[in-house]
Amino acid sequence: MTASAGATLEPNSHLKARAQWHPLEIAFWLSTLLPFVLFPHHLVLASQIAITALFALSLDLILGYAGIVSLGHAAFFGLGAYTAGIVSKYGWTEPLLGLLIAPAVAGLAGYASSFIIARFSHLTLIMITLGLGVLLHEAANRAEWLTGGSDGLQGVRIGPLLGTFRFDLYGYTAYAYSLTVLFLVFLLMRRLINSPFGLALRGIRENRTRMPAIGAPSHAHIRKIYTIAAMIAGIAGAVLAHTTSTVSLGVLDFQRSAEVLIILVLGGAGRIYGGLVGAIIFMVARDQFSGIAPQYWYFWIGALLVTVVMLLPNGILGGAAALTRRWRGLTP
Amino acid sequence: MTLGPILGVLFDGFAYGMLLFLLSVGLSVTLGMMNFVNLAHCAFAMLGGYVTVTLTRTFGWPFLATLPLAFLAAAVASVAFERTLYRRLYRAAELDQVLLTIGLTFMSVAAAAYFFGTVVQPVETPSYLRGSIDIMGMTVGRYRLFLVVTGLLVALLLLLTLDSTRFGATVRAAVDNQRMARGLGINVESWFAVTFALGSGLAGLGGALAIEIVGLDPHFAFTYLVYVLIVVSVGGLGSISGSFAAAVVIGISDMIGKYYFPALGSFLIYLVMVAVLMWRPTGLFGRR
Repeated sequence: MTASAGATLEPNSHLKARAQWHPLEIAFWLSTLLPFVLFPHHLVLASQIAITALFALSLDLILGYAGIVSLGHAAFFGLGAYTAGIVSKYGWTEPLLGLLIAPAVAGLAGYASSFIIARFSHLTLIMITLGLGVLLHEAANRAEWLTGGSDGLQGVRIGPLLGTFRFDLYGYTAYAYSLTVLFLVFLLMRRLINSPFGLALRGIRENRTRMPAIGAPSHAHIRKIYTIAAMIAGIAGAVLAHTTSTVSLGVLDFQRSAEVLIILVLGGAGRIYGGLVGAIIFMVARDQFSGIAPQYWYFWIGALLVTVVMLLPNGILGGAAALTRRWRGLTP
Repeated sequence: MTLGPILGVLFDGFAYGMLLFLLSVGLSVTLGMMNFVNLAHCAFAMLGGYVTVTLTRTFGWPFLATLPLAFLAAAVASVAFERTLYRRLYRAAELDQVLLTIGLTFMSVAAAAYFFGTVVQPVETPSYLRGSIDIMGMTVGRYRLFLVVTGLLVALLLLLTLDSTRFGATVRAAVDNQRMARGLGINVESWFAVTFALGSGLAGLGGALAIEIVGLDPHFAFTYLVYVLIVVSVGGLGSISGSFAAAVVIGISDMIGKYYFPALGSFLIYLVMVAVLMWRPTGLFGRR
């Protein structure tokens, strides 16, 4: 009706249109409740998926929207997990407290490293993120008095959530908790990327040097989004520590950084549901395959990656979107 | 305290650096030429290693005779992948190249585990490469001496080729300015395929030579990838002397770290890498 006129009158109309909820989105979030009813024995897996999805969302903010390729994103995930574990070890067993402190610590580390990140690009950036991640892993390995070293953190005790809900063996509380956190963070992130700031980030992804010319300071924006992404990764780590009651060096592994990158690209980087879809497919596939032949699981991951890069350059969601466009084009 | 032990550590570090040089020089040149991020480089090195292991153990070949075949196998395999998969992504985003080649590395690791098992493979070296000899009061492992000589020879050969042959001039032109080189009628793509095969072949040779020092298991492709990337990014893209210098620096700092500061572990090389990159983002010898 007035859509075309509105586009010229109101600069925000494009963003407002994007911020509308699509019926498919509502269906997606309603279906995340299904595991409670349909797969009550797989709730632990479901909570792992939710945590991985949260982690992938945080990487999407910097990789998908700002175009920063990081091979060391597990650093912030691990910082969050260790913070939450250590906080609970020293008596503050209420998970929500750890959920507040973990992103603060991860965010601080993210803010400090963002000054380095904003200065570099391309291969140098990949190597620096990789190097910083490995340095932190090595530091955690050496600081046995604090982290327990390669034995993992000992004596993590997580109290009941809000003083009432215990983390049970079947994962009811774990899934409800991780899903709630995921949904809340998702809402925040959706708001963020559909803001002028989110639009500026996409501009930086496309051309970092031109954005300052139209009034969007690239370095400041990169620092901001990197800090926010670090905080979200910290939250994901904290939720993992809370739901599993363990923290080991694995949370800081290079493997974890590489895996989350794969998950995001598989789903579709730069799409808000990319990380979610990638996490579901990756985690379910791993759960199925590793039962059959655990050593060869990586062969199929590799084959999947090669296929996605060669045939679906924008991930599964990008391919689906292209199919939908084509279908709509054929049937007007 | 005598100088002997310190010199010994330096020599070991230098020998290790030569190994890193062989493993990484190919990646450096191809990265500089095509800007293609090939993270599967060490998978080709691993292939060379397994060729040597199979030939010496199953077919009883002498160790030295297997080395040319390790080179050849890696070179041929790499060109096959280059012609079928890599060339489609030359103009693609860096991330896509990273993902494709990480995917190939994952597949190579699983394939190696399938064919050879996950155990560490030893290799039979001839008796004249075992033990150690004394040079000027310094005890030197024969195999390490052999590594140093091979590394220096390869470096010299590469520098001579690059400096004073037509092929070298073409490669330099393509690295310096690809568009200009095309304009002069140089077929960058086919020269790139040749360079790529040569670089991967050297990696295959490095992989075969590495078994004696570090062993060979399916995770080789990932473990050494990190070292190789460090050497390449510190040395600067497309520079042979840069790779050489960086490989020596990284090899020696790693060895010093292991001998004198075992508590630091692998801390030292990553620290060196991050520090060098912050000081000179394009590497020690990089110009771009």
